[in-house]
Parts: sequence; C-alpha cells; structure tokens
Amino acid sequence: MISIKRKTLGDVIMDVVVYVLLTVLAVVMVIPFIYVIAASFADETYMAKTPMFLFPAQTSFNAYITMFSGKVGEQVIRSLIISVCITLVGTLVNLFFTTTMAYGLSRSNLIGKKAILNLVLFTMVFGGGMIPTFLLVRSLGMYNSYASLIIPGAISAYNMLIIRNFFMDLPAGLEEAASIDGCTDIGIFVKIALPLSLPALATFGLFYAVGHWNGYMTALLYLTDSKKYPFQLVLKNLISQTGLAETTAGDQDPPEETLKMAIIVVGTVPILCVYPFLQKHFAAGVMVGAIKG
Amino acid sequence: MAKKDKAQETSLAKKNKWVQIKRDKWMYLLLLPGVLYFIIFKIIPLWGIFISMKDFYAGVPFMKAPWVGLENFTRFFSSYGFVRLLTNTLIISLMNIILYFPLPIILALLLNEIRVQWYKKVLQTLVYVPHFVSMVVIASITLMLLKQPASETSAGGAIYEITKALTGTGETWMESKVAIYFVLLVQVIWKETGWGTIIFLAALAGVDVEQYEAAIVDGATRFQQLIYITIPAIMTTVVTMFILRMGSVLDTGFEQIILMQNDVNRSATETFDTYVYNIGRVDGNYGYSTAVGLFKSVVSLICIQAANRLAKRAGQAGLF
Repeated sequence: MISIKRKTLGDVIMDVVVYVLLTVLAVVMVIPFIYVIAASFADETYMAKTPMFLFPAQTSFNAYITMFSGKVGEQVIRSLIISVCITLVGTLVNLFFTTTMAYGLSRSNLIGKKAILNLVLFTMVFGGGMIPTFLLVRSLGMYNSYASLIIPGAISAYNMLIIRNFFMDLPAGLEEAASIDGCTDIGIFVKIALPLSLPALATFGLFYAVGHWNGYMTALLYLTDSKKYPFQLVLKNLISQTGLAETTAGDQDPPEETLKMAIIVVGTVPILCVYPFLQKHFAAGVMVGAIKG
Repeated sequence: MAKKDKAQETSLAKKNKWVQIKRDKWMYLLLLPGVLYFIIFKIIPLWGIFISMKDFYAGVPFMKAPWVGLENFTRFFSSYGFVRLLTNTLIISLMNIILYFPLPIILALLLNEIRVQWYKKVLQTLVYVPHFVSMVVIASITLMLLKQPASETSAGGAIYEITKALTGTGETWMESKVAIYFVLLVQVIWKETGWGTIIFLAALAGVDVEQYEAAIVDGATRFQQLIYITIPAIMTTVVTMFILRMGSVLDTGFEQIILMQNDVNRSATETFDTYVYNIGRVDGNYGYSTAVGLFKSVVSLICIQAANRLAKRAGQAGLF
C-alpha cells in the first residue's frame, strides 16, 4: 500500500480546475430546464414587454389553468392520454418482439441462426428508405392508425442484439437443469431467462418508452387526423402557431409563450420522474460490446 | 463401399439436423415474430429499388406509373439541388464531428478525475438528463430563446436580447444561413454530450489501477497520470468511435433539422433526410424521392463498410 499521500501544488490546481469546470458545465446543462419552468410561471403580459432572463419578475399560474381548460386544454389532455397509451402498449410490444427474438438467437447451436443474424445485420446498414416503408405501412392498412406508431418500429436491431448478449451470458447450467426437469424452451425463456435479465429489460423498456413518448417523426409520417395526434405533434403545432398564421384560422388565439412552456413542463416531467430509478443500469454493460458473432 | 458409407453418413447428418430442428421447435416459435417483423418491415421495403425507377406520384397506382429506368437518378445528379444537399449535409456533419465529437471524451476525462463518488453520481445524473428530452421540446425551447420581438414594444427571447445588447443589432438566428448551423450544433451538444460519455467512462473503468499505483510510486503528478496513462488507455475506443462516426457522415438526424427548418433557412438546412421527406411525403413525388433516399443509403453503406475496415485495421474489433 502506498501510505504517503502528498498533494503537489499541481494536483491541487488540477482538482480545482476539474471541480469548477464540471460544476459550471452541470449548471449550464440544467439552466434550460430552470428557464422553462420559470417561464411557465411567468406573467404573460409582463413577459411580453420585458425580456426574461432566468426568473420571472411577476409570477402567475394562468398558464397551467389555461392548459387544462378550453380548446387548447382539450387538445393537450387528449394528446397526453394518447401518448400515455401508445407508450404503454408500444413498449410492451417492443419488449415482446425484442426479447423473444433475442432469446431465439441466443442458443449457440441453433440451425439457421447465422442466416437470421446476417439478415438483421444487413438491415442495420441498408434499408429501403422512408418512402417505400411509408407505402408499405399504407398498403398494410395502418395509415392514420395507432398501429403505424407501434408495429413498424417493433424491434430496434441494436437493442435486440444487446439483450441477446445478456441472454448468452446467462449460466448454461441453469437452462440445462430446467430442460432436464422437463421445461420446454419457452418455459425456460419465461421462467428463467426473463426474470434473470430484469435490469436489462427495465433499461431497454425505458429506452423504448422514451422513444414512444418523444416520438415525432412516425406520427408526422403516418397520422393525418389531427384528433389522433400524440403529444409531441400537438406541442409542435402549438409552438409553430404564430399570431400571423392564426388570423386566418379564426377564433383561437395564438398560444401564449408561458402556456407553451407550461405544456413543455407537463410533457417532460413524466420522463424525468422515471429516469432516476433506472439510471444505475446505464452502466457499461448496457452500451458496450453490442454486436459480437 | 466407401460411396455407400458416405451416402449413409450424409443421410445420417440430415437426420441429425432434422432431429435437432425438431428438438429446437420452440426456439423457432420464439424467433417467428421477430423474423417476420424483419422480413416485412425491413426486407420488403427494398422493393424501393423498383419505385426509384418509376415516374411514380401520389394518387397514381403503382402499376400504372411508367418505367423511366435511371432517369430519376440522372435528373437528381445533374440538378443544382444535388450539390446543395451534399454541401449542406457535409457542413452539418463535419461541424458535428470536429466541434462536438471531442466533447464527450473531455467530459468523461473530467468526470474520471472526480474522486468524490457521490458528487460524480450527481454530475452524471445531471448531464445524462438532456438525452431524454424530446427533439420537439428542444426545438421549442430554442425558438423561445431566439425569438425576435413581434413588435417594437415587445421583448424577444433571452438569447436574442443578449446578442442585441452585445452587438447592437439583433441576430436573426433562425434566418441566417450561417448561424442556423451553430444553433443545430449547440442543440446536439446540449442533448448528447453527457450521454456520449458513457462509452468512454466504460473504457476508463477498465484501466488497470496498478498502473496508477506504480506511477504514484514513481512520483507522477495527477496531470502526468492523465497524459501518460489515462489518455493512452482510452485511445483505441476514441479511434473506433471516430471511425464509426465518419462512417455515418451522411446521417444528419431527421427530426432535429425538420423541426428547425423554415422557408428562409431551407437552402442551408435541406439535407438528404429532410429532402426525401419534403419531396416524397409532402409533395408526393414517390419515385424521385425514393431514388434520392436510395442514393444516400448506398453511399452510407459504402462509408460504413470502409469505416469498419479501418476500425479493424486500427486494431479494433470493428462493428461486424
């Protein structure tokens, strides 16, 4: 053991630089959140006249009251419900498709495994593109339906391969013992493999869920009925409404700045609530060594 | 005799194979949904190769659309749009590689120097969070910060007001063909720098502690340890990540750019991804748009293969 712990002047300077720099960086990362929250509580008429930098000079809860009332409120609440449902159903579908395939590919001596793996790897580097996929989804009758937001993205090849790695690392003895006891492969999958990989499932479940909650592109591509819009699309449409565009649309006033910020807060909070519980799993194993043989 | 043996052997092997497949029947059942998914949603869209060779518009049945051979491609290459798309894509992508790519590495090295574990955890939590914020929310916040005042008496966004105070003239960020690139860059930096550290922190965690102990015995300062042990130890990871990033040089991210695009900055922000959407989905010119998308896919494939080769040559496992 090295018992002498001398700190040279250089070491001290380095410590100071590192801590100061990182603290400043972390603050910079967080400022936008504070700004949005602050703006959502600001008084609209005051804010329109004086620039707000970090904290509002006059506060009001009006934005939150308007958000859940009237025409805007109707839109926002409906889209939030839609997004919650899509996120729940979509994540379950994702996990079902991803884990079954990952487990199927985790058996080393399965005939045809190599061919399937090559198929997956090929689709990771080459695809038909946006329009052919769009035409396919439309001809499958999913156009303008919620299925279009869930089914075409059922498996992320990358996630599937990482989960497969988890399954491959499970002790082989357990599976053997179970199969001797008369367990079928499906039984082993459900009773042994899945429970043992719960941390991985939670992590990838979160990734998929965030993808659904934040999803904008698929809804933009496949949904035409504005009553079906999920949250992100409604938010985008409210944000891009300017006073000018609204004069032609009629009675609805353009959403106020504070209202937009309040909607952002409501739409971002759910993710930030789940996130800390799963953060400990974001460690090395999840991200590295994804694709092997 | 020998012939007979061989025939028997192969029939036995076939039988064995059949027995094996039968034994694994439940595994194949598990694989079925996934394989069907990949065939339907990843392989079937490859018929886009045929779409790209047709003069195919929205509202016309596919069968009735006339074949035009490679005309969509030649029209695209000879158009002014091609050069513009390529330049825009490369500018956005190269700015990202030069100005964003080093940041997660630096941040990971800094985090690695923090010895107080709970503080390190707190910092990590804070810098990971933006990764989970949706692109729509980021675009909304950006637009609010950069907002130009609607009239003389009203106020603009915070960053607009700050630049106005500093330079005297308010920078029209969203309408400047240069400034918009920096807006896009800052968005990426804010969203992904923290998350990007994970892979480098994993590499740093793998560095042998004994090396540091030996260095301390030899009287190395912390800074010397950083230069002579830590940085060389993650160099291979850095090189691999760099090569792989170069491989996806044509990918600029669809959502971010389509959200920040407006009629004024379009000539600077139109990239392959957004062009395919604007021409295909918005204008309904399926044939031409598919050709553009296909061109991008092929070039990307070549880039990824080349990058993968290079990664292997650099002593890395590569992607495949």
